[in-house]
Amino acid sequence: MENKTAAVAMRNITKRFGPVLANDKVWLDIYRGEILALLGENGSGKTTLMNMLSGIYFPDEGTISIDGREVVIRSPKDAFDHGIGMIHQHFKLVDVLTAAENIVLGLPGRLDLKAASGRIREICDAYGFEVDPDQKIYDMSVSQKQTVEIVKVLYRGADILILDEPTAVLTPQETDRLFAVLRNMRDDGKAIVIITHKMHEVEALSDRVAILRHGQFIGDMPTKMTNAQEMTNMMVGHAVTLNIDRPDPVDPKPRIEVKGLTVRSIDGILKLDDVSFTANSGEILGIAGISGCGQKELLESIAGLQPVESGSICYIEDDGTKEELIGKDPLSIQEMGVSLSFVPEDRLGMGLVGNMDLADNMMLRSFRSGRSLFTDRRSPQHLAEAVVRDLEVSTPGISTPVRRLSGGNVQKVLVGREIASAPTVLLTAYAVRGLDINSSYTIYDLINRQKASGVAVIYVGEDLDVLLELADRILVLCGGKVSGIVPGRGAKKRDVGLMMTKLGGNADE
Amino acid sequence: MNKTRTPLFHVSKRGALPWYRTWAIRGTALLLALVLCGIITSIVTGQDPLAVYAAIWSGSFGTKRKIWVLLQNISMLLCVSLAVTPAFRMRCWNLGGEGQALIGALTSAACMILLAGKLPNWAVILCMIVSSLLAGALWAGIPAFFKARWNTNETLFTLMMNYVATQLVAYYCVVWESPKGSGQIGIINPNTQIGWFPQIGSQKYLLNILIVAVVCVLMYVYLNYSKHGYEIAVVGESERTARYVGIKVDRVIIRTMLLSGAVCGLAGLLLVGGTNHTLTPTIIDGRGFTAVMVSWLAKFNPIWMILTSFLLVFLGRGAGEIATKFGLNQSFGDILTGVILFCIIGSEFFINYQIKLTRRGKEQ
Repeated sequence: MENKTAAVAMRNITKRFGPVLANDKVWLDIYRGEILALLGENGSGKTTLMNMLSGIYFPDEGTISIDGREVVIRSPKDAFDHGIGMIHQHFKLVDVLTAAENIVLGLPGRLDLKAASGRIREICDAYGFEVDPDQKIYDMSVSQKQTVEIVKVLYRGADILILDEPTAVLTPQETDRLFAVLRNMRDDGKAIVIITHKMHEVEALSDRVAILRHGQFIGDMPTKMTNAQEMTNMMVGHAVTLNIDRPDPVDPKPRIEVKGLTVRSIDGILKLDDVSFTANSGEILGIAGISGCGQKELLESIAGLQPVESGSICYIEDDGTKEELIGKDPLSIQEMGVSLSFVPEDRLGMGLVGNMDLADNMMLRSFRSGRSLFTDRRSPQHLAEAVVRDLEVSTPGISTPVRRLSGGNVQKVLVGREIASAPTVLLTAYAVRGLDINSSYTIYDLINRQKASGVAVIYVGEDLDVLLELADRILVLCGGKVSGIVPGRGAKKRDVGLMMTKLGGNADE
Repeated sequence: MNKTRTPLFHVSKRGALPWYRTWAIRGTALLLALVLCGIITSIVTGQDPLAVYAAIWSGSFGTKRKIWVLLQNISMLLCVSLAVTPAFRMRCWNLGGEGQALIGALTSAACMILLAGKLPNWAVILCMIVSSLLAGALWAGIPAFFKARWNTNETLFTLMMNYVATQLVAYYCVVWESPKGSGQIGIINPNTQIGWFPQIGSQKYLLNILIVAVVCVLMYVYLNYSKHGYEIAVVGESERTARYVGIKVDRVIIRTMLLSGAVCGLAGLLLVGGTNHTLTPTIIDGRGFTAVMVSWLAKFNPIWMILTSFLLVFLGRGAGEIATKFGLNQSFGDILTGVILFCIIGSEFFINYQIKLTRRGKEQ
């Protein structure tokens, strides 16, 4: 970048949350006509830094300059006035309004939807978006909603765009389309910042990478001059290996047999349609699919949390006897002697209680044991200590509420508790979502160890690259139906991606 | 160059504070409240604020009798507060403490009136205990059943049950009026003292106070150390988590509300059988609602609730005292109570958040 002024220059930015130093004297330059990938582990302060740019937080110390002029950003409105727009991980759209209505929402001046639609079309044509301004949000797929979010900030005149993990919810094909659009915007002279965990995306998309570690700025460099290994090492602070182990299954035997499973949501929408498969012991069955394709319902049906319309789910003992799980709640499944562990997607809303401490959360599974009227506090405490020690959970102590822990540590606590009961079936939903590389590999390792000890693992994942490296077999869901089951070894990413969007995944069109 | 406007201060969340700092903040708030009350008193009434404070103090501690009344009032308020707390811990807003206690009072009075002379005294008292606990439980159980079954709003439902209870009591006050035509029940069994709880020594209130103290300890243990208490906490934090670990949420809701209502019924029983020996529609005296504040201020901790119920009763009695002593309106006492509560509740903000002034040099 030959000597041009940075679009955004952040200098000595410091932000504290109570005793936690989220950003420590960070320097960051963002240039126009460039895609910057902001890298860092969980809790390294990426999102905090960007939130200060977009007016959600206010820095404790430091200055922000835009085009060489020092500015004060106190609110998202200030940020917009300076041309900064952020696309958050969780979309902020009104479901019952159309795309155009959402886009103009909150703007001053007279409401003229026709003119707005015209300008939206212009923006879409300029960068290659596909948005129907009159479509309601609730009719849209996740990727369409994301497009609306991006158009929304462009409509407001943003020329500095920040995207917080934009690909977490997209299929490979949708990701490619997003990247194409982002490149168009870059070529148009916009400054783009993308926060991501996925190395191959950084390499494919960005021009420059900036790396944060523990709230500190570690360095930045052109993407061409570096590689995944070096970037990872900088993020983590020491060398790590990037391969996921996949030992061969040992003596796989059918453990869970699902036949013709059909599930409707409360409002009558078909979520699972005639799903059949078998999960074997000592094997990882990966479940791939666009988000909302029935993965959640599938796992919750097996765990006894989801009312089922028809079909059967059998638990098969080692000696071959089958037991039906449908119609049983988690308690009666436990009482049957089936040791089934479930790491749900919503960790703090379902798997754990955020306001309780580690020890009390360990107790969730075990508090009923014994005949006493009173809870046994001692063994959950020992378990919490063991989990903290074995899984290297970083926490001030076992009496810290789990909501205070970072995402990776929350997940370690949850997985630690779930595998402590020596399960025969382990269900995991998005086990590494939002986790940094170190924590992710810890989780992969834990899952592999369960597999080695003969547990039937069902692993719902969103990162296809990981699924292809970790799973022994991959079941692909598409719109609640089984699109196909492929062996994990040798499966092609493109094929699985197509199966996710189209039943059977026939590419001949 | 444009002038950049820098905000004067910004608010940010604090981490956990050590206990002595949180108490320092609360103490400062109380001190500030007293100073503020003094200023308001001198401006509005021209009275010497110190004399007003002295009056507030003597309203609760002036005489031995006043101390006993203070303790009795604390124990009754505490009893209702303890009753609503399990429901509150479950994030189930039982605002029907008033009605549940009242219905307990009604059934106790009914036993005293209808069974006197037909059963021995101990049997009457037994009937009073059983019926009042059951009636209170029923009064809370109905909204709980509807909530568990059809997810109705427990706040409105329990609130409306209060009115039903009040009207029922008003009706029976006329049915059982004595003497005829007074529209009031008057003292029940004044001569035989059937259904009156035994006194400990010469202290009329001591039995009630001891019973509530025991309930307080039991409730603390139940909520913090029992399996039920743990289930209540989990359901309160997240129903989805509760289902996920196999807790039957409906059952916990109903069971907890039954307990909540039963303890309210106990409060009604203690008022009728222990101290008042009569029944009026206002016998609970708004404690069902004050209890909400007691419970919240103490963050649903039964032991802290002793303190918060003391605070509220103390302020209430002080307000009454200055009203009579200085010929001020009763409402003036309420204003002072409001100021004090505002400061105390407001101090929680400073415990959770800190205000940072922006330090910034001038343009170089």
